[in-house]
Order: sequence, then structure tokens, then C-alpha cells
Amino acid sequence: MPEKLAWKRKDLLGIEELSKEEIELILNTADSFKEVTTRRIKKVPALRGKTVVNLFYEPSTRTRTSFELAAKRLSADVINIAVEVSSVKKGETLIDTGRNIEALMADVIIVRHNCSGAPYILSKSVKASVVNAGDGWHEHPTQALLDIFTLKSKLGRIKGLKVSIIGDIAHSRVARSNIWGLTKLGAQVTVCAPPVLIPPGMESFGVKVTNDLDEAIREADAINVLRMQFERDNVSAFPSRMEYFKAYGVTEDRLKGAKKHILVMHPGPINRGVEISAEVADGPKSVILEQVTNGIAVRMAVLYLVTHAQGGAI
Amino acid sequence: MGFTEKAKIMDKEAVEKALIRMSHEILEKNKDTDGLVIVGIRNRGELIANRMAANIKEISGKDIPVGAMDITLYRDDLTQVAEQPVVKETVIDFDINGKMIILVDDVLFTGRTIRCALDELIDFGRPKNIQLAVLIDRGHRELPIRADYVGKNVPTSLDEVVEVRLSEADGTDEVVLCQKN
Repeated sequence: MPEKLAWKRKDLLGIEELSKEEIELILNTADSFKEVTTRRIKKVPALRGKTVVNLFYEPSTRTRTSFELAAKRLSADVINIAVEVSSVKKGETLIDTGRNIEALMADVIIVRHNCSGAPYILSKSVKASVVNAGDGWHEHPTQALLDIFTLKSKLGRIKGLKVSIIGDIAHSRVARSNIWGLTKLGAQVTVCAPPVLIPPGMESFGVKVTNDLDEAIREADAINVLRMQFERDNVSAFPSRMEYFKAYGVTEDRLKGAKKHILVMHPGPINRGVEISAEVADGPKSVILEQVTNGIAVRMAVLYLVTHAQGGAI
Repeated sequence: MGFTEKAKIMDKEAVEKALIRMSHEILEKNKDTDGLVIVGIRNRGELIANRMAANIKEISGKDIPVGAMDITLYRDDLTQVAEQPVVKETVIDFDINGKMIILVDDVLFTGRTIRCALDELIDFGRPKNIQLAVLIDRGHRELPIRADYVGKNVPTSLDEVVEVRLSEADGTDEVVLCQKN
């Protein structure tokens, strides 16, 4: 008899609304899909005849490519809409764009938007499944899932792990999704950044807050180093990249006080010599490229689950 | 939807004897065991495959590679099934090109599971041939598929269910005919 599946959601909008069991279901499903990505023919027919649309209002290489590859490995047809060259430039609203995409018989819309909450609005106005590929400063659920998946496959568990998230916490959707996901699965999370980059009330997320990088590194089983988002023009608190690197850049030297098995993660793209040194990014503790590989398996799992959400999908 | 048990079709001894007989038949038909591999369909087919490999080892002294496959992603009814099955890993860590594959499942019914398994196997390579071994053939085929090795033929009606229980998963070896309620 098939085991019962708990997945009932039409959409994947964020980690905050997921239960521990739902997160575990995605991770376990991703495990099976990782095996598919190692086959001679890396393609299965599970989404044959379905159409997946990538709707990106912000630039992205890794996330868009990863979703595209994931959909193609499930045999779906994929369309990429980059907003710079679309009718949005002519004034079309998000909801109208969404409905038009749906009129093309799309089954899944993967959306990245610079406004927090945009995927939620879209999901209410279309029947297609909506997957959040990053909304403003809010959530980036598949990034957190692939970070957690990588941690679990390298360290064997999540419960009881100490994970430090280092960098621009204030403007990071990756940080928020990771915090929700990791704490739900029983990890202890520390966030570390200069005071200006930590939003007030951070403790209410159930995390430890520190401004001391060495402290954040010392206890950690893994560190997740966030990118300084210079394109968002929100780091005026720091006079220069050099100064940030000196105070908060993760280098071989600063990792000397770390646990031997410490894993270094980064959601990419890396600013070498700003938040992380080249030696660390390319070094033996880094799992940055494994994160990218795992991202495909995790996104295959998400696409599979949302398109086959069971009756009475919410 | 519940089931009521109607009759025990096979007990532990009958299951064991059938699997030993089928293992002999496989060896009789495949005299050269060098290219022989066994692949079981999850979940019960995998367990039966392991037992057959152990039988073949005992009879011929030869180690036969065993793989396990999950056919969920190849199903033609993914959008229709009431209870979505959990996707499990396919583990075939040997080359199947040019091999003689014994594909193993517990119950042969419509043949659709076997169709999925054949499609998936072909994506792994080009075997010399694929032979099908099932513990129970309950009839009602919807596709032109037949088994090469059968433990027991059991005529059934469509409102019945055949449950194969194996000690590794269910604590006991038996085959039971159930009535859908």
C-alpha cells in the first residue's frame, strides 16, 4: 500500500507556513530526486504534458536555471519570461500577467519579485501552482530548502545542529527562510552581523544574535555566509567593502577557531573578498557548489509535490 | 476504504517453495548466469528479489547483482491516484547494458506497473532481454504483458485485493485474498 502523503498545498510560498512534517517530506522527496540526477538519462516523465513558467521580475542566473533544469528533468515544458523584455514594461500588472500566463495553460508559475508578498497575491488570483523564487526581503523558500538539504546530507541530521547565518540579515530573504526552516527542524540558529544589518526584534525568531564573528564561528557546525547586496544600495552603513571584509569577512584565519567539521555555505553569487575570501570559498570546508547541485533535486521535489497536490489543495 | 480478509492463498511454506521453484526455473532458462541480474520493484518486489538472489546463490553458488526500482515517476495515473505514493530511490548500481534482467514484483494485475518499470529500465540502458517474475498473477491485464515465472495463478474479481505479506516488512510470510468494503 502506498504511504500516505501529507502534501496538500497548491503553492510553495514560504517556509514560515510549512509544518516540520511538510519540510521533511520535501527533503525526503528531494533525496529520491537526487538519485534521478545521477542517472545516465537524467529525466523522468512525472511532469510530462505540464507547462512551467519562470516569471522573473529580478535578475537571476542560478535560481532560474536551476528551476528550468528541474522542470526539464521532470519532462515539463518550460517558458522563461524575463520582465525586462515583456509587456510588464508596458504597464501590465502582476495579476494580469499571471492570468495571461494561466490562459496559456500553465500548470506552475515560478515567480521572483522585488516586492515582498507578490507570490501570495499571484497565488490568490490564479489556479496554477505558484512557487516563490524569492520575494523582496521576505522569503526564498527553495534556497533555504536546498541549504537544509545540503546540511542534512553532509552532517546526517538537522536537530541539535548549530548554524550561524552571517551577513546582511536585515535585507536577506535567504536568512528569513533559513531561520524558519532550521528552527522548525530543531537546529539552533545564530545570526551574526554588524548592528545596522540586524533588524530589531530578531530574537523573537528564536535565534541568538551576535555582532561578534569569532563567536558565531566558534560554536557552529555550519555557517551560511550571505551576500552583501550592493545592488540594493542598502549598505551605506558601511563605508567600504574593504572595511566590511576586515570586520566580517570569513577567512581561513578566522576559521582557525572553528570546529573541525564546520561546513561553509553561501547562497551565491559570491563577492570574493567582501563577505568571504577566495581561499575559503574554494577550500575544503566549502559546500557552495554542492548547494547548487542539490538545488536541482530540491526544486524537482517541490515541482513534483505542488503539481500533484492532493484533492482539496489549499 | 477498508478490506475484509477472505481467504489465505499461500502460507509461509507455500511462499518459500514457490520462490525456490521460480529460482530453479530462472537458472534452467538462463544457463549462463554471468549476464544475469535481478531488479525488484519497490516495495515487496525488492524483498522478493533479494530472496530469489539468495536462493540462486544457494543453488548455483553464483552471486547475482540485485537492484531496486521505484516506478512512481513513470506512472500514467499520477494525476488520478487518490493517495499519492511517496517517491523512493531507484538503486541500480550496475550496468544493465547487454544483461539479462529478471524483473520482480509481488502481484501482476493490470500490467501498468510493469509498463512503468520497462520504460524506466530502458532509460538505464539496453539490456539483452527482460524477463518477468511475479509471486502472484491475479489476471485482469489491461496491457499485452505476461510473466515468465509465476509463483501462483489466482483468479480474482475486480472488487478483490491480493495482499502479499513478507516477514521483512510485515512480520509474516503469507498471501491473503481480501474483499474491498
